[in-house]
Amino acid sequence: MIEFYLNPGSGLSPYQQLVRQVRHALRLGLLQVGDQLPKVKDVATELAINPNTVLKAYRELEHTGLAAARPGVGTFVTGTLPGVAPLALGRLRRQLLGWVADAQRAGLDEESIEALVIATLRSAATEEIA
Amino acid sequence: MTPVLRAQRLGKRYRRRWALSECTLDVPAGHVVGLVGPNGAGKSTLLNLATGMLTPTEGTIEVCGGPAGGSTQQLAKVGFVAQDTPVLAGLTVAEHLKLGAKLNPGWDDALARRRIEQLGLDPAQRAGKLSGGQRAQLALTLGIAKRPELLILDEPTAALDPLARREFNQALMEIVSEEGVSVILSSHHVADLERVCDYLIVLVSSQVRVSGEVDDLLAHHHRLVGPRRDVTTLPGDQLVVSESHTDRQTMLIVRTEAPILDPAWRVESVSLEDLVLAYMSLPAGAVPGPRPTLERVR
Amino acid sequence: MIWLTWRQFRVQAAAACALLAVVAATLLIAGPPLTGSQARLAEAANVVYLGGIVAVYVLPAVIGAFWGAPLVARELEAGTVRLVWNQSVTRSRWLDAKMGLTGLAAVLTTAVLTMAVTLWSDPIDAATRPNTIHAVSDEGSAPEVFAARITPWLFGARGIVPIGHALFAFVLGVAIGILLRRTVPAMAVTLAVFAVVQIATPALVRPYLIPAVRETVTITGSSIDRLGPDDDGVLELGVAGPRGAWILDNRTTVDAAGKEVTAPDWVMDCVPVPTTKPTPQAEVTTAQCFARLSDLGYRQRLTYQPADRFWTLQWRETGLFLLLSALLSALCFRWTKRRLP
Repeated sequence: MIEFYLNPGSGLSPYQQLVRQVRHALRLGLLQVGDQLPKVKDVATELAINPNTVLKAYRELEHTGLAAARPGVGTFVTGTLPGVAPLALGRLRRQLLGWVADAQRAGLDEESIEALVIATLRSAATEEIA
Repeated sequence: MTPVLRAQRLGKRYRRRWALSECTLDVPAGHVVGLVGPNGAGKSTLLNLATGMLTPTEGTIEVCGGPAGGSTQQLAKVGFVAQDTPVLAGLTVAEHLKLGAKLNPGWDDALARRRIEQLGLDPAQRAGKLSGGQRAQLALTLGIAKRPELLILDEPTAALDPLARREFNQALMEIVSEEGVSVILSSHHVADLERVCDYLIVLVSSQVRVSGEVDDLLAHHHRLVGPRRDVTTLPGDQLVVSESHTDRQTMLIVRTEAPILDPAWRVESVSLEDLVLAYMSLPAGAVPGPRPTLERVR
Repeated sequence: MIWLTWRQFRVQAAAACALLAVVAATLLIAGPPLTGSQARLAEAANVVYLGGIVAVYVLPAVIGAFWGAPLVARELEAGTVRLVWNQSVTRSRWLDAKMGLTGLAAVLTTAVLTMAVTLWSDPIDAATRPNTIHAVSDEGSAPEVFAARITPWLFGARGIVPIGHALFAFVLGVAIGILLRRTVPAMAVTLAVFAVVQIATPALVRPYLIPAVRETVTITGSSIDRLGPDDDGVLELGVAGPRGAWILDNRTTVDAAGKEVTAPDWVMDCVPVPTTKPTPQAEVTTAQCFARLSDLGYRQRLTYQPADRFWTLQWRETGLFLLLSALLSALCFRWTKRRLP
């Protein structure tokens, strides 16, 4: 069982934060198939948030195949998120390090690099939708 | 489903001052509705009209399908936790529950007792000696144990310390999850409302500025930042809620259901607090765009 | 609702019971006044006699200020009406229970107190009734003169009128509380208004509940009640009325034509100076003197309510106050429904 928390500074709505925390726990292996997610009532009470918000998060998880509701019992984890293979992770990191060095030579400071990465991620996402 | 609250051109005048005017609302059931606005905007007036504590000067208000207030039957449908959560100082906690049981045909004594026990309140304690938080919880217990269809709370946490406020909100959310009751709640704590509410009404200068489901409101409001330009050149479906300009830059909060295509704008999402503040600082009467679309977001 | 009203009222109810117990104990300890051939009140009994009258006058005012005024005002002030009015009970039902139960308590308390005081004072009151001949006391001193129970001072402290006053004061307090919505000002205003009503009633209302008896009587030396110049130096002449009656006017002298006049100045000399012991000769002079006055056509006009009208007046005044209370209650209900909070 995991415990949720809310970070008001995250810029994400409460329901997005709940979804993200479940996904994170799945990646880290804190949650496995068959585990029960906290009851809607308990989450709503504990965090003092609207139960509909919790429901919405759980519905999103169901929609993406990560969880399933058993009426009258609760919501259970049904899927896993693939962890990234350590080998691939190392390769990607090396490539990124080279790119960062390149950017620094071009005169970009840390902040500019961050902004560029975020902007690129966003435009990639937009292109994907389009 | 019957709306929990339906107001049509509702107005209330005290002597010569209008505390609420031209208020038209249609709040569906099953929501936790947040009512925000500056002091004196008419929040309490609206809630007191809904409970029948006040009678309208003009227009109509229906609560849970019946005209507000008056009959025993209507009173049983609505639970009310009034501002400052009044309790009868001379009576003990247990006597408050007895009062509830004697005065409400639908009283759920088991629920009331369970809640008092959970809160760790001593039934023999006099209500006058309770802390602000405990008093609010007792008032909430009285409001919910009559098993209403709608629970109305008028700034219940205004006088509470952060911990008591948190505990109150937790209790409220527990009740909502368990009983599925609709709630209308007025508060100044937008951060609390952001967690607790899924429907929002912004009331300013005795008029409804915006109302709708929180998710819809957040999805339809955007912050636009870009080079300076005149707001009259914006597409007709983009309603400007707030604008600020420097020599070179213009920053807007707009409302639109259509995507924003102009590449000159950097588009950012707004938080509920930004949204509330933007509507609250709109000058009186300067409601953007055609009013009906603004009042009902569906 | 009755449970809640009783729960909120029980301290006051206990206070009322305690008050009645103290009064009863005092009266029992004092014992019956004017026993045997006694014609004067012992000093302690006199205190009890006066205290009883004052208590019966004060009780309705206290009920109005302490039970009536705070009944709704305190709940409005503390905001607790918003708690109670949001239970599944209408405001009318709420006010019904509150005013009904507390009003009943007001009536009962006043009735018991008045009854106790009236019963205890009965031998004294009886001494003023016209058909009661009282024995002269052993020492030979004249029997003490007590006020008749129909006179203003006693009327409001005997019989059933105090009940009417108490109910009226109570409802008045509730109404003022609803209007002012503040407990302390409501109490003060209630006391002031009720005091005015208490004073105005015997002066402006009670004498006219039944048309007073009006008689024109011959002035004689034995009927004379007052003779002398008033503050302005004008001769004032008064005659005694029937025993136990409430004299409304005995100072009007009329001439043969029935016109209101001042008696001639020489009448002053008809009665010898009180310091000198009355001599047979002086009595003759007095009789001749008044006979002369009578021969000249001077008569005295006497306006009064006879003693046997006591109960009729009591019923009428009580009825009047009950009617006023009913009207005020109707207003209270109307205001509670329409004007509050």
